Amino acid sequence: MTAFFQSYGIPFEAAWLLSTVIGILLIALPLMLAVAMIIYADRKIWAAMALRRGPNVVGPFGLLQSFADGLKVFLQETIIPSAANKGLFLIAPIITFTVALLAWAVVPFDVGVVLADINVGLLYILAISSLGVYGIVIAGWASNSKYPFFSAMRASAQMISYEVSIGFILICVVLWAGSFNLSQIVESQKGYYGFLNGNGFNPLLFPMAVMFLISAMAETARAPFDLTEAESELVAGYQTEYSSMAFALYWLGEYANVILMCALNAILFWGGYLPPVDWAPLYMVPGIIWLFAKILFFFFVFSWVKATVPRYRYDQLMRLGWKVFLPTSLLFVFLVSGFLMLTRYGG
Amino acid sequence: MIQVFAFYLFATLMIAAGALTIFARNPVHSVLWLIVAFFNAAGLMVLVGAEFIAMLLVIVYVGAVAVLFLFVVMMLNIDFAELRAGFVSYLPFGVLIALGLLAEILLGLGVWKAGPLQLSQRAAPTPADVPNIKAIGQVLYTDYIFLFEAAGIILLVAMIGAIVLTHRARSGVRAQNIDKQNRRRPQDAVVNVNQPVGQGVEL
Repeated sequence: MTAFFQSYGIPFEAAWLLSTVIGILLIALPLMLAVAMIIYADRKIWAAMALRRGPNVVGPFGLLQSFADGLKVFLQETIIPSAANKGLFLIAPIITFTVALLAWAVVPFDVGVVLADINVGLLYILAISSLGVYGIVIAGWASNSKYPFFSAMRASAQMISYEVSIGFILICVVLWAGSFNLSQIVESQKGYYGFLNGNGFNPLLFPMAVMFLISAMAETARAPFDLTEAESELVAGYQTEYSSMAFALYWLGEYANVILMCALNAILFWGGYLPPVDWAPLYMVPGIIWLFAKILFFFFVFSWVKATVPRYRYDQLMRLGWKVFLPTSLLFVFLVSGFLMLTRYGG
Repeated sequence: MIQVFAFYLFATLMIAAGALTIFARNPVHSVLWLIVAFFNAAGLMVLVGAEFIAMLLVIVYVGAVAVLFLFVVMMLNIDFAELRAGFVSYLPFGVLIALGLLAEILLGLGVWKAGPLQLSQRAAPTPADVPNIKAIGQVLYTDYIFLFEAAGIILLVAMIGAIVLTHRARSGVRAQNIDKQNRRRPQDAVVNVNQPVGQGVEL
């Protein structure tokens, strides 16, 4: 796109700035729309599984429900508790929201369609997702209230625990792909057994795909791991004291993170923008549609789990993270690197 | 142009955040300013082309170490009056540390004036098209493999030491046996009895 603007006689630096800003808007605005629609989808799926109707009043089939909710919170008053640490209280939701958007910079939507095609793409995503915990911890502390603080403690312990195993799972994928670049990771998944696209079809990486899906739920604090906002114990968790737009920013950031995790699942294990079967006519469908189909499928799995699985106890959550996932993922790092040592780099 | 602008932006913010880390009254604010300083340091690393180090700085320091700092500092019950009371008694020690650091900075500046150090690796710099990670790996796992492994062993020993120091074998604790819990079925715990009226139950 930089070259396009340069052809109109704009100097390189200005053209680069312009194309980057347009690229950011092209990702961020549809993402916000997607978040609004996915909240609606989440509620509809959840309602269907509970034999309810779900939102069905605002607009056709209730499609505009999220926008009505958005307008409602936008018009509400922002209440800041008098005991709160005002500056940090207001910064915290902004951090959560910003971090949720930042990670999308390196997600490849199609061949070459990526805002920042950097060599350390996967490390960038790890770095950004490790920042997500700050929005919650700061909110819990700055609210100066018991339940948000408990929730912040839970959130930080939970996210750090699952980041460790997510790190090892990603290492397995990186070892197999031989690159940290997300586009190259997607390209490396072509042609398993000559006709399948996706690391998930690899028997060594399939267990990692399952573990990544579960870890992603824990990392984004979705059900059954939503202990940070367990309403029976902590009122509403870290966002108890929040109202109006500050609350909405948490809401949006949370769902943007969930979509990001679904996208990562699709990109790392199920071929990203590649069609699931390596057959020429399927490549006629644009890659972005395959990616969206995979994201929506994984989001459906997230909603499905939310609707059907009861909430974990905190000690069960910690046990799963440290005593099950960590050793298993470490074992698979060993297996994958050993297998590659003996075959691809062997001799 | 844009690089120079970015450099001064990151550098100024980093120094300001570093100063505020010291001057902030509230320890939690101090930790948060420290995180801002880490972040800007990562930005500077990206500017000099060390993107791998920059990402590791964010993942390790911002993502893990600083979270633990914050975790601990948030739970402290801080009495500001008590904090200031100790100031005079710690002052000589603090001045001593400051003088030591100042001497090191002066020494470093003096050595820098004398000219660069000729390291064996400096003689053959890695070409620009080799990715950062590959370049580090090629040096780390060949020339510096023993130092690398030694660092790993030291960390392992430190970890085992920490576990040994803090581990207490307590008696009388009924540990949870997950397998046993999962194997338990309704038949093991519940009995259906067709009980005639007026007679006790045999359990």
